[in-house]
Amino acid sequence: MTTLLSHLPWAVAAWLLACGLYGVATSRNLVHLVVCLSVLQSSTYLVLLGVGWRTGATAPVVVAGAPPSAGPVADPIVQALMLTDVVVGATVTALLLALAVQVHERAGTLDPERLRRLRG
Amino acid sequence: MRLGRRRVRPRAVLLAIGIAGLASLLGAALRALPPSGSGASAYGDLLVARSVPERRAQDVVAAVNFDYRGFDTIGEEFILFAAVVGVLTILRRRDDEEDVTARDEDASAARAPPPTSGAVRVLGAGLAGATVCFGLYMATHGQVSPGGGFQGGVVLATAPLATYLAMEVSVFEKIAPRWLIALGEGAGAAGFVALGFLGLLAGRAFLENVLPLGEAGDVLSSGTILAANVAVALEVAAGLVLLLAAFLAEALHRRLRRGAR
Repeated sequence: MTTLLSHLPWAVAAWLLACGLYGVATSRNLVHLVVCLSVLQSSTYLVLLGVGWRTGATAPVVVAGAPPSAGPVADPIVQALMLTDVVVGATVTALLLALAVQVHERAGTLDPERLRRLRG
Repeated sequence: MRLGRRRVRPRAVLLAIGIAGLASLLGAALRALPPSGSGASAYGDLLVARSVPERRAQDVVAAVNFDYRGFDTIGEEFILFAAVVGVLTILRRRDDEEDVTARDEDASAARAPPPTSGAVRVLGAGLAGATVCFGLYMATHGQVSPGGGFQGGVVLATAPLATYLAMEVSVFEKIAPRWLIALGEGAGAAGFVALGFLGLLAGRAFLENVLPLGEAGDVLSSGTILAANVAVALEVAAGLVLLLAAFLAEALHRRLRRGAR
């Protein structure tokens, strides 16, 4: 049971990755595809937080003057990395949505199946 | 219909093979990972112990992002900058496209867009003030408590959005004129880099924390961490409002074309 629980974050991350990938590969709408990509990427947040987590840990905020906490503290480095991850995810989403707008303007459709020809 | 399905099938088989391969590799990798809850690196523990004595920063994540790993955060800030420039480039109006929006059309036909409901107006106006206060609080308290420039900037950017939802586009453009927002975007991005050069001017390393550190727990503490948070908040807020304005202009343009059809 404990092994199952301690591996739960990895299992959920893998599940999110698979869901997102399936969505990206089978999507029939470019906006839906961008959302699927966000789902796929959210698996990386879970992995990063899981890597830095310790059982019973407190947040990596140290209050000056207060007695140092006896318990473990979560790893601040992976949490800082996750912030980068979120920023990159948001910017990629914005760029892809702008491209989807342009695709609809030029081709009149958001269905990747119907975007067959390359036009210069 | 049948033809279409037949065309898709080889790709579905390819996808199934790919997902099966990925799943087996992922499974093997996940089994080899240490169980969650045992993590944290030696570097993490070191930084938790030294962030207050060395930098007077109570939030260790902010100390990592804006000081110990500050150079990477400059890169991260410019990812955002490049994405905003990219969206503005992709969504720019070409010269041959006539520069009319639904709003101009409404004005020339002497009609007004349907008014926003009173409830939405009250909620939007109330939210605008609250989000500005909360955003400024978050952006300036990153070194003391969880939060910081990225989070504060996003909250700040929602204030013009709430105003737009409650009022008309003209109000949005009045409180957030494009030139001012673009100036803020550039100033925020340049401000962080200028902080780096401050270290060089003081004869130390690029981005070294050369400003007075103050007392841990005070708002005016942690030297360059506070200044960098403010610069990032400006850049993120301005970047998001620019994105919003670009998508809004696109939507207004489309409303007109749909109406014309």
